[in-house]
Amino acid sequence: MHDTPPAKPRPMIDATNRGFWDAARAGTLTVQRCDDCGHSHYPGSPVCPNCLSSRQSWAPVSGRGELLSWVRFHRAYWDGFREEVPYNVILVGLEEGPMMISNLLGAEPESLQVGEALEVVFEAVDDTLTLPKFRPAGAA
Amino acid sequence: MTPAFHRLKDRIAVVGVGNTAYGNFPHTDDYGLGAEAFRRAVEDCGLDKNQVDGLGVCRLPYYARMGEILGLNPRWTVQFPAHGRMSAMAIIEAAAALEAGLCDYAALIYANIGRSRRVNYGGEESPGVWDPYGYTSPGAAHALMFQRHMALYGTTTRQLAEVSVAIRHHACLNPDAVMKQPITIEDHEAARPITAPLRLLDYCLINDGAVCLILTTKERARDLRKRPVMISGIGAREAYTNASLPNFDRNFWYDEVRDVADQAYGMAGVGPGDVDALMCYDNFSPTVLFSLEGLGFCKQGESGGFVEGGTLRLGGRLPTNTDGGHLSNSYMQGWALNVEAVRQIRGECGARQVPDAQVVQFAATTPCSRSIIYTPG
Repeated sequence: MHDTPPAKPRPMIDATNRGFWDAARAGTLTVQRCDDCGHSHYPGSPVCPNCLSSRQSWAPVSGRGELLSWVRFHRAYWDGFREEVPYNVILVGLEEGPMMISNLLGAEPESLQVGEALEVVFEAVDDTLTLPKFRPAGAA
Repeated sequence: MTPAFHRLKDRIAVVGVGNTAYGNFPHTDDYGLGAEAFRRAVEDCGLDKNQVDGLGVCRLPYYARMGEILGLNPRWTVQFPAHGRMSAMAIIEAAAALEAGLCDYAALIYANIGRSRRVNYGGEESPGVWDPYGYTSPGAAHALMFQRHMALYGTTTRQLAEVSVAIRHHACLNPDAVMKQPITIEDHEAARPITAPLRLLDYCLINDGAVCLILTTKERARDLRKRPVMISGIGAREAYTNASLPNFDRNFWYDEVRDVADQAYGMAGVGPGDVDALMCYDNFSPTVLFSLEGLGFCKQGESGGFVEGGTLRLGGRLPTNTDGGHLSNSYMQGWALNVEAVRQIRGECGARQVPDAQVVQFAATTPCSRSIIYTPG
């Protein structure tokens, strides 16, 4: 017999952000873009922060960005991460502007420079959830 | 043209301050601690407590219960949320209310029972957008910023250590402080990592305690026990654009704090060179570096070099957090630092007194950045 490992936190999916997580499951990274003024932002917002329009869509982005910074967690704030400490968390600046928190795959951030190019890669947690993560650009 | 808010210059005084002991007090609660701080602040200024007709509370659950306990039925009440950035926000609100005549004597009470109640600042207690990636906590946000500061400007963790070491030195001179053992740069380098590059000694304490400040107008202040300490300058600027990435700013709130500094210095008619002591919100040690840059004590990117060699220590160029700050005195979320500013101006600080302190500045570099400049009345 083996115990089920403690669960990791999952995204709180609501009417505003459902499109993002549906697209991620289909292998597409998106940000919310205003249909009226074109402003791009992430996370999602019930109205466009630039023009207050309610007409917004989850628009595909290139999946390319730069490493803005990173942190290595030596403390597990959730039991689900206890087996993974010390694990990395990165801050990515997407080409299209918005920033995203994620994890770096295929390398450790200590071996990269702030400003290095990254690209999205999709990690399926289970049938219902896929997390966009990042790796050094051209690593495939 | 002079900004309209400059009319508050030297109009409002802090007349009474009080604080509890700091530590782990499971036998009482936040109201009990708040009442103790209030009683001491009332004694400090010699006011009849029933003259207090303005009440601001922060991190206390219910303003009306606090009023009930203190026997107060004021005509001005504000409840501030349990966020670290509220202290100067509350003091400025009270100053505006006093100037407008909405109350005559305002008591601001802050209490924290985070130590005895085992509060965490991350994980399930504060769910966020980035939890699925294992990202949480204000400390991690400051780790992200400091990592970026190191990458952009070559700042080192040994330079960061100067902040914690200087502030611990001050705590050793403060009888109220929680941490009383001196530390060295090597101790900082050897401390266990929490959210690398930040280590344990880059983190504020979590402890119980309470603080109270009593404010009134310049005219009313004359009748009270001690020499008033005037609010001579204030500055304020929020940064809400990336609030879903809490406690983080890609540019270290530099532009916002520049704005805050321009407002506060312009109103008070002083500059960074006139500041005798700085009371700098130090939730995490990097915040002090970011503050020094935004306030103009050094240029952006140069704070690491600026703090080397004991700049922030008593006797140094810019004595900072002379009570030991959040890092080593008490996690009173800015409130105790404002009390320390008042006591420095009054000359009540004993072994940690800055000689002839005439201009003492409080600053908080956060998503709601604030500064207050205090001078003798």
